[in-house]
Amino acid sequence: MEPAEIIQHSGGAIGAAWLMIALPLVGAAVLLLGGRRTDKFGHLLGVLMAVASFVVAALSFVQLLGFAPGERRRGIELYEFIPGLAKMGLLVDPLSISFCLLITFVGSLIHVYSIGYMAHDPNRRRFFAYLNLFVAAMLLLVLADNYVALFVGWEGVGLASYLLIGFWQHKPSAATAAKKAFIVNRVGDFGLLIGIFTIFATFHTLAFDGVLANADKASSGTLTAIGLLLLVGACGKSAQLPLQSWLLDAMEGPTPVSALIHAATMVTAGVYLIVRSGPIFQGAETAQIVVTIVGVATLLAGAIIGTAKDDIKKALAGSTMSQIGYMVLAAGIGKAGYAFAIAHLITHGFFKADMFLGAGSVMHAMNDEVNMRKYGALRKVMPVTFVTFLIGYLAIIGFPLLSGYFTKDGIIETVMEHNAVLGWLAVLGAGITGFYMSRLVFMTFFGAKRWEPTAHPHESPAVMTWPLIILSIGAIGLGAFLVLGNRFMTFLAPAVGAPEEMPAFHPFSPTGLATLALVAAGAVFAWLKYGRAEVPALAPRGSFLTTFARRDLYGDALNEALFMRPGQWLTRLAVFFDNRGVDGLVNGLAAGIGGTSGRLRRVQTGFVRSYALSIFLGAALLAGAWLVVGNL
Amino acid sequence: MTTHYLVLSALLFAIGGVGVLVRRNAIVVFMCVELMLNACNLAFVTFARQNGNLDGQVIAFFVMIVAAAEVVIGLAIIVTIFRTRRSASVDDVSLLKY
Repeated sequence: MEPAEIIQHSGGAIGAAWLMIALPLVGAAVLLLGGRRTDKFGHLLGVLMAVASFVVAALSFVQLLGFAPGERRRGIELYEFIPGLAKMGLLVDPLSISFCLLITFVGSLIHVYSIGYMAHDPNRRRFFAYLNLFVAAMLLLVLADNYVALFVGWEGVGLASYLLIGFWQHKPSAATAAKKAFIVNRVGDFGLLIGIFTIFATFHTLAFDGVLANADKASSGTLTAIGLLLLVGACGKSAQLPLQSWLLDAMEGPTPVSALIHAATMVTAGVYLIVRSGPIFQGAETAQIVVTIVGVATLLAGAIIGTAKDDIKKALAGSTMSQIGYMVLAAGIGKAGYAFAIAHLITHGFFKADMFLGAGSVMHAMNDEVNMRKYGALRKVMPVTFVTFLIGYLAIIGFPLLSGYFTKDGIIETVMEHNAVLGWLAVLGAGITGFYMSRLVFMTFFGAKRWEPTAHPHESPAVMTWPLIILSIGAIGLGAFLVLGNRFMTFLAPAVGAPEEMPAFHPFSPTGLATLALVAAGAVFAWLKYGRAEVPALAPRGSFLTTFARRDLYGDALNEALFMRPGQWLTRLAVFFDNRGVDGLVNGLAAGIGGTSGRLRRVQTGFVRSYALSIFLGAALLAGAWLVVGNL
Repeated sequence: MTTHYLVLSALLFAIGGVGVLVRRNAIVVFMCVELMLNACNLAFVTFARQNGNLDGQVIAFFVMIVAAAEVVIGLAIIVTIFRTRRSASVDDVSLLKY
């Protein structure tokens, strides 16, 4: 089934969809420009704007459901920059509205949570301003009806991410992490930008309807080039191999940021880009194969990194990489995978935000300790955090009937039908997920107390636990709601297309059983090593495999050896050339002229008669020369 | 016919030139400059006569006027220098140098 036509629309909640972007943007502007005057109510304004944005999104969703499925792609024209060439407009369709609901709903909850989490931070107002800025930019990214506006949103979320990772910029590690995220993202953005240029050169337009409807008219070589360039962009934003290195360091930001930006929403922008540009990828088989390979490599790499991290947030970051790998893998398959990719994206948004916020709650209780070796036995002192975290954990490992079970299993089944090797690798990834997530839960909530003497853990305030509870409800039921009866696939079909034959849900397919068995084995292994056995306070040295995983699969070492060191050499060479070559030439010339003048000025003795003599000699010389030349 | 005038003019010019170069007293140097100017005037007038037109004579008048103006300013400077330095030697006023 092909995507439906875009229908121009005005009026109603959808006609006012621009409010979704404008409201948080106004919030950010007021909080940033208002300065300290807005300190008192800044956090409330931030929450209000996020919630208002959610209300607009929900009303738009309701209005969208009122149309027949084939008429659910509504284009809203906002402004025409260059008549016939460049228009700014929004596209409200099932795909973008799904993202809007996820971003504004999870975003609002995280705004609320941040009131409690950042309560003692003197810069809480600035934090909310950046959060609002992020929400606005992310909504622009998903609502844009052309690649330029998408790119503006893309850069906007990059900026917000940079500002929020480096929010505690007094910590050198946070400042460095922010810079790293920005620079690595720049590589991806470069790819995306060239991709957009190529799109314009090929299709002479940048609007989605003009590009995607005509994608089959372009040559497959061009489409492959565009697809690969868009993939570079997606890799940067979604922390896929080989541009994954920034995500683990990004955990230096405050935990709500990790939950909102580096788990639930921004890092999924790459998946959005691939799914939105579906027709381009469907015409370029090579690009699709590369997408699936990147996805499967990242899902394994992220999972392996997750197994070795003692920092609770970094373990969760590895898990995020891995789960987005699943989404990219599914998105690379084509129409059969899009619905599962987006469904997993949405359920992942819920359960990962739930777990990140849970980790934040634990850190809040443990004096910002992130080392899981110093946790243990927290289930009794933090019952709400424990139960909600447990739900998120069961959802991510794919415990039957919870969200992750439906969406991740859907991805694995689809991939298995597409290519058995990729399918089994995805199953293996699920097994590793079972191990590292169980390890995380056992080390944090079970076993013996290994707390620092100064730690007095306590349950977090209600403003922090309620978002956890709401998110965990989503983590329980959302997967079943979306996947059963192909509800989400049918809903999404007008926007991204759907396979001719809707997949049937098999509760106990061989692949599903194998996945469950591997996950259970991973969980049991984790119980033996970290639940039942004593967890040493210092990380044991471990085999070279452990070191391999701890060092992020030597990703940073590779980047340093391949790019950073040669870059530094190049810089030094340039500095040397500048100091000695360019400066040397200029300074040498100046010194030469200065020295010569210093000697020449000695001629100016001040004796009038010697001047007269020189004039006389000069005149004699001229006269002599004239005589000689005149006689010739 | 006019050769004698021209030779006299050249002699006067040479005497004036040597005087400017070798004498220290500013007044004498000045007089030598006047001598050179008048040598030129003589040459101009001679050529005017030789060519039978008035061009040289007109220029001689211009030179006289310029010489008169020059004398006014020059003597004023010399007098001022003499008042401050109690000397009319051109070698004493050598402050304006490198």
